[in-house]
Order: sequence, then C-alpha cells, then structure tokens
Amino acid sequence: MIKARVTVTLKNGVLDPQGKAIEGALGALGFDGIGQVRQGKVFDLQIETGDQAKAEADLKAMCEKLLANTVIENYSISFA
Amino acid sequence: MHSISAPSALNRASAASETASNCMSFKRRRQGLNRTMKSAVVQLPGLNRDRDMIAALTKISGKAPVTVWQTETELPDVDLIVIPGGFSYGDYLRCGAIAARMPVMQAIKAKAEQGVKVLGVCNGFQILVEAGLLPGALMRNASLKFVCREVKLEVVNADTDFTRAYAKGQIIRSPVAHHDGNYFADAETLKSIEGNGQVVFRYAEGTNPNGSMGDIAGVMNTSGNVLGMMPHPENLIEAAHGGSDGRGIFASALEVIAA
Repeated sequence: MIKARVTVTLKNGVLDPQGKAIEGALGALGFDGIGQVRQGKVFDLQIETGDQAKAEADLKAMCEKLLANTVIENYSISFA
Repeated sequence: MHSISAPSALNRASAASETASNCMSFKRRRQGLNRTMKSAVVQLPGLNRDRDMIAALTKISGKAPVTVWQTETELPDVDLIVIPGGFSYGDYLRCGAIAARMPVMQAIKAKAEQGVKVLGVCNGFQILVEAGLLPGALMRNASLKFVCREVKLEVVNADTDFTRAYAKGQIIRSPVAHHDGNYFADAETLKSIEGNGQVVFRYAEGTNPNGSMGDIAGVMNTSGNVLGMMPHPENLIEAAHGGSDGRGIFASALEVIAA
C-alpha cells in the first residue's frame, strides 16, 4: 500500500479572502511580521498498489479531474 | 412529479399558460414550429431551489418541466435544461465540484454540444464552471459572508437566447443568495469573454455583493447556448414576489415572447 499526500494551493494572483482574514486574526493575536497567509487543502490517500509510478500517474489524474480546480489552484503530490 | 399547491397559484399558472399559448401560436406561425418549448430541471442531492425553478418554468411556459435525476445518462428531448440552485453535495470539496462529475453532466455536455440551451443558476452556475462548460471559477465571497439580498443587474448583452426580452443596458432587479459567487478568471480569459460578448449580466454599479471581477454576475459560452448566473431570476417572476424582472430570462429561453 502506498500513502500519498496531495496539497492543493491557490495560484499566485488569485485573491484568497480566507487567507486574508486569517492573516488579520493572527495579527490581532499579536503575531507580528506576517507577510502573507494563503489557505490551501491537504488530502491524505491510501492506494492499494505497490507500483509507485502507477500511483503517481493516477494521483495526477485525480488532481486534474477532481481534487484541484486548475483554473484557480495548483497541486503537488508527495509520498510518505 | 411536483404540483403547485395553492389554488391561487394554479389560477395564475393557467393565466400564464393562456398568455404563453397566445404567444406560442404567434411563434409557431412565425417559425413553423408545431410544439411548445420543453424544459427539464436537473435534481441532485443538496439542491433546494428546484421547486422554485419548476414553478417558474411552469408558470411562464404553461408546461411543467421534466425532472432529471443526477444518475440519468439519457436526457429527454427538450429545448432548455436548467440546473437550479442549492448546495449540491453540501458544497464539499468546492461548490459544484462533485455534482459536476455526476453522470447526468456528461449527458448535459452532449446536449449542449448539440445546441440545446442550458441555464445554471447559483449552484447551477458553479456546477457549469466546475464541469468546464463555462469559463472561470466561482470563489468565496470577498466579504467572506453569505449574502442574501436584492441586487441590481445590468443586461450587458441583450442579443442572446436568454436575454432578448430585455434591452441592452437595462437595469433589472434580482435576488441573490450565495456564499461563493466571487467570479474569477485569469486575465486572458477575462479579456476574451469581455471581447466576445460572453458577459451577459453585471452587478449594477455599487451592488456587487461578492467581489466578482468586472462585476460579472452571468456568463455564457462562446456558442451562446449555455448561460450561468449567480442571481435567482426564478424568485422574481410575478406580483407575489414583488416584481417580475426575472421573467424575461425564461420567456426568452422558452421563446414565449416574439423574438
């Protein structure tokens, strides 16, 4: 079994109002010097295969088809 | 099957039906058509504006729409397919993302390619962009708040199958109710949709409720047969709603007005 992590983040230049609100809240808690906060998503997947190359290809397809909206988001794949 | 419950609503529906059939006979004579325009409403778990949409289509066209469940892969022969608003799949992952991958969407894509009119309202708009039938994306409102109020819309393009009942530049009233209606497209896409006349509705000056780029409230595809919009025209179609500004969209799409 392969354990993988997919991280989805907003592309540069896409407004992230949630990140902005978190940035403001961190400032209100007294954390100074925060340049920017961008919020993203993490997906942990377990795949029933021993073939990492196939898993990687499948994960890429999953990102393109569902996990990320590539109009506004980037994704990256890593293995545990 | 859905029925209209209040007797007064029935009366109104039959009055609308008479008006519609008068217009339709004119239309039939003009176009040589031998039938009433037919519509379908798509139903998915979590959508909750389907009944409003069914009522609006019934009252305006005089004919109840066919309802289509998400697992259906073959669609009835209709002139207009409507994806109503709501919170399909609880807005999980991204609004409309899961609904956009359901079997019925493949069938809708095929119909859209054949030129059948498709209208997505609110969550329906989010589903259409997630399915790739319309450009751009709909993000969390810039205010981070759910907005439920009335806005004013400018009819930017009145030369479409959905807006010919209006005049270019006309300002109409429309309710909005959404958390993720902040329209985004990259600079290149934005330039092309603006240039092609694909921006059909804009929030009138000072009423943008969600931070949408270019105040965009509704966009269509390049062929002009698929329209998505965040506002809810189906909730402003008769005196009991406090106005009927939204009626023109359905009247245009169902050709119950003289083109």
